[in-house]
Amino acid sequence: MSNISRDDVANLAKLARIDLSDDELNHLSNELAVILDAVARVQEVAGEDVPPTSHPLPLKNVFRVDEVRPSLTPDEALSGAPAQEEQRFKVPQILGEEQ
Amino acid sequence: MALSYDDVIAKYEPVLGLEVHVELGTESKMFCGCNTVFGAAPNTQTCPVCLGLPGSLPVVNAKAIEYTIAIGLALNCSIAPYSRFARKNYFYPDMPKNFQTSQYDEPICVNGYLDVTIETDEGPKEFRIEIERVHMEEDTGKSLHMGGATGRIHGADYSLLDYNRAGIPLVEIVTKVVTGTGKYAPEVARAYVSELRDILRGLGVSDVKMEQGSLRCDANVSLRLIGADKLGTRSETKNVNSLRSVERAVRGEMIRHAELLNKSERVIQETRHFHEDTGLTTPGRSKEQAEDYRYFPEPDLVPVAPTNELIEKIRASLPEKPSVRRKKLQEAWQVPDKEMAAMINADVLDLVEETVKLGADPTRARSWWLGEIARIANEKAVAASELSINSKDVAEIVALIVQGELTDKLARQVVEGVINGEGRPAEIIEKRGIKVVSDDSALMAAIEKAIAAQPDVAEKVRGGHVPAAGALIGAVMKETKGQADAAKVRELLLKHLGQG
Amino acid sequence: MIKKSAAEMAAALSAGEVTSVELTQAHLDQIAKVDSDVHAFLHVDNDGAIAQARAVDEKRKSGERVSPLAGVPLALKDVLVQKGIPTTCGSKMLEGWRPPYDSTVVTRLKENGIVILGKTNMDEFAMGSSTENSAYGPTHNPWDLSRIPGGSGGGSSAALAAFEAPLAIGTDTGGSIRQPAAVTGTVGVKPTYGGVSRYGLVAFSSSLDQAGPCARTVLDAAYLHEAIGGYDRMDSTSINEPVPAVVAAAKDGNIKGMKIGVIKELQGDGYQPGVLKLFNQSLEILASLGAEIVEVSCKYFDYALAAYYLIAPSECSSNLARFDAMRYGIRVGEGSAEEVMNATRQVGFGREVKRRIILGTYALSSGYYDAYYGSAQKVRTLISRDFDNAFGKADVLVSPTAPTTAFKIGEKANDPIAMYLNDIATIPTNLAGIGGMSVPSGLAEEDGLPAGFQIMAPAMKDDRMYKVGAALEAALLTKWGKPILDNVPALGAK
Repeated sequence: MSNISRDDVANLAKLARIDLSDDELNHLSNELAVILDAVARVQEVAGEDVPPTSHPLPLKNVFRVDEVRPSLTPDEALSGAPAQEEQRFKVPQILGEEQ
Repeated sequence: MALSYDDVIAKYEPVLGLEVHVELGTESKMFCGCNTVFGAAPNTQTCPVCLGLPGSLPVVNAKAIEYTIAIGLALNCSIAPYSRFARKNYFYPDMPKNFQTSQYDEPICVNGYLDVTIETDEGPKEFRIEIERVHMEEDTGKSLHMGGATGRIHGADYSLLDYNRAGIPLVEIVTKVVTGTGKYAPEVARAYVSELRDILRGLGVSDVKMEQGSLRCDANVSLRLIGADKLGTRSETKNVNSLRSVERAVRGEMIRHAELLNKSERVIQETRHFHEDTGLTTPGRSKEQAEDYRYFPEPDLVPVAPTNELIEKIRASLPEKPSVRRKKLQEAWQVPDKEMAAMINADVLDLVEETVKLGADPTRARSWWLGEIARIANEKAVAASELSINSKDVAEIVALIVQGELTDKLARQVVEGVINGEGRPAEIIEKRGIKVVSDDSALMAAIEKAIAAQPDVAEKVRGGHVPAAGALIGAVMKETKGQADAAKVRELLLKHLGQG
Repeated sequence: MIKKSAAEMAAALSAGEVTSVELTQAHLDQIAKVDSDVHAFLHVDNDGAIAQARAVDEKRKSGERVSPLAGVPLALKDVLVQKGIPTTCGSKMLEGWRPPYDSTVVTRLKENGIVILGKTNMDEFAMGSSTENSAYGPTHNPWDLSRIPGGSGGGSSAALAAFEAPLAIGTDTGGSIRQPAAVTGTVGVKPTYGGVSRYGLVAFSSSLDQAGPCARTVLDAAYLHEAIGGYDRMDSTSINEPVPAVVAAAKDGNIKGMKIGVIKELQGDGYQPGVLKLFNQSLEILASLGAEIVEVSCKYFDYALAAYYLIAPSECSSNLARFDAMRYGIRVGEGSAEEVMNATRQVGFGREVKRRIILGTYALSSGYYDAYYGSAQKVRTLISRDFDNAFGKADVLVSPTAPTTAFKIGEKANDPIAMYLNDIATIPTNLAGIGGMSVPSGLAEEDGLPAGFQIMAPAMKDDRMYKVGAALEAALLTKWGKPILDNVPALGAK
């Protein structure tokens, strides 16, 4: 049985920015343990000699020419904004710092 | 009582790590066709891709790849035959997708170096800065912090976001650990950024304007006791926005660390913010607990595998290195080492070169940029290039001096006028009514007046004591309010007194 | 008219027997009549659809050349953006959002004069196999309203089976086009990855997602495939090659001499006997049409489900990070930006989405990456190799599309693993990036509900599955004497 505690789930929820309820934390730690047990099987066959596949097709070097194309109008860009001011997206006070 | 720098270096060895972010000067953004011009109205240069709207997908700008390879080659890096983009996952409102498309374990350029030379007590000395990697990523949007008193993030009531900058191609150049610089660490750091900037400018891949943020430096500094092997805890000073600040930030952090270490206090691993006004840093985010960025290969982009042909084509088109160029200029201009170093230090070499290209003689061009203009820049605590005088203005002023239309003294007034924003040289000369008095009869009247006022001096000159003429020339200059050409006055005066 | 195939409707339009406005109105009427029972649609664009239809009619009247499907209506899965039309992805998070741009699929539909009736229901952000995970309530299977229509694209498949639209667009990350097709008696195609642009498809798992056609006949799916497929410079993973000639293949249907590989691992335990019986009957039919049936083994398929439930959640944990209440969508809560993000994501995402985000966050986190995400990527390689070997022995591979017929709404809602098993046969193609199709194989003897026959082809050989699908479809139509959907009970009677 995979060992995933309620605290682990709380940490993951913090990383994923979801304010999970206590109920959900309990529930999810149980569910995740079961799911992780099921999916951990992948380790049985993932040998050193097997290269990982990140893209299903072997494409490479797909580029666009450096040319300016029309942008959205500011009205379109801001059309979904929950709040706006001075043609900018208005967001609540930011506590963290830029990285 | 603050430690002196000498105390610090007597006991500790500084170790540096420098991360430089450069905004590439492509026409369009890294992953979409939005314009990259600086200073546009907010959110006018955005599209579904750079706003991270649901469903949008990135496509790599070919030019950005070429520019990055050129940077790698100029920094003596190996170009990876295969590299990938990765997602760096973290939440921040200025980052529309809440992940940054960057490169992680497979950067496009690795293992290079850059040699920089600084003046030391023992004369010029070269330091090799090893480059760990050069990789591509995208810039974030910009936030305006509103309310509160300071306009800073802390204490703001809310923020306003403009995503014009989001998605502009960035190249990050990361050094390996830099050791062995000893007391010259601040100068080496500065010289590295300066040399890097010259290289980037020479490549034409960026406008490298530190004050506009198109070149930003993060300086990692740590100290260890001289002779110790183990590295000390580092701090990372972010976004240091001028060459001078790079030097100040490194020196300041060295002193701050040493003070802590001397008190047996711990240096905290954290980011620090540099303040131009005080030269000090203040703490930012603690990095004690490593952020888990959950990097993984970007599934929306395919690998970059530059062909040898492309790499060689870019290599063949690289301009000469700044050090080679400097040597050539020095020979062409016949400038002594010390003067050359002074120009580099004052960051006016490019300006002098442009001025010379516009027809000024190298000596005059140099003495204006390094003299009067550098003095004013220094007073205002800005770079000479940021003043409103340009190489064209200086070339024009020099030409007027050569033609005898301006004296040095008058030229200084013109320079001052241009810097004050009164207009271009011709306009200032016109407006201020500056002109050299070259009319012989007007000069002769002044000369006769001077002789009449000081007959004994005139007699000495007539008697062959030519140096005495200085007093008379001075009187004439005073009479003409400095608008006469002193050489011309001397010529006429001596002739008049039978010594011509 | 609404019971005809899209190709027949197109012929009637072209012959002037009906106008697109009439045809579109007939479908809007059917939606008005039955959708309160079926709940296939999240948004019906009555005025927009009629306006598009009118434009096509005018174009045709003026003698302008129009494309084969011009004037035929279509239902669009709500995961593809259409400018100005609400797009929710079945999530509360995007309630009220009207995108300022068109997805490439929508652009191509518009270019082809295909009339978009509205947006169809789906599991939230395409995560699910039953459409029960929609924040706007489940869709009901027209065959039995107490049952699920499959998922995540249950709205699109139900709309076809309820004659609300002759064509639909779905997206398939682990089976979300094919499994709904199987349980509603319709045709669904997941093209080769990169065959249809993903630009404007709200990403669930970028390396697996693929949009494709849903229809009531193989030929209709082929026409739609050609209309939406092909290279798009807005999608870096789009294949820069011509669309395989799927219409010609569907019209041809000659499978004499073709080798059809039966995948040993995709049958047996866990498959409903009636579903397996229909599968074997279909094989006999294909053999009788001249195909050679061979058995192939893909031993790593046993690991496909595990790999999928690491890769898809990992990618989704990153893809769904952008829903943060800052730029679009709902905003919930007070306080700092961080608090508002946390509160909005808590309220805006449903249970399954949160479960997968947390699982994916775990699989990517430092210390676990190699064991989970990294290992899953290796399994992906092994599965591709299995396919390569199998395609060395056969031109196409086949299996039942889903292990069972439609189950009851609510039956598996509390057992994620049981729910995940629905996709056991469809997931391997997504991991390998190849194409897969589901065509109806008949009604299972236990419950009288439809089952699907899955055909898989190598990358960019999508035409092969259309050929086999068309052959099976024609033979079954002859056998039954009428289309399978004629058995759907009458709706909207109350």
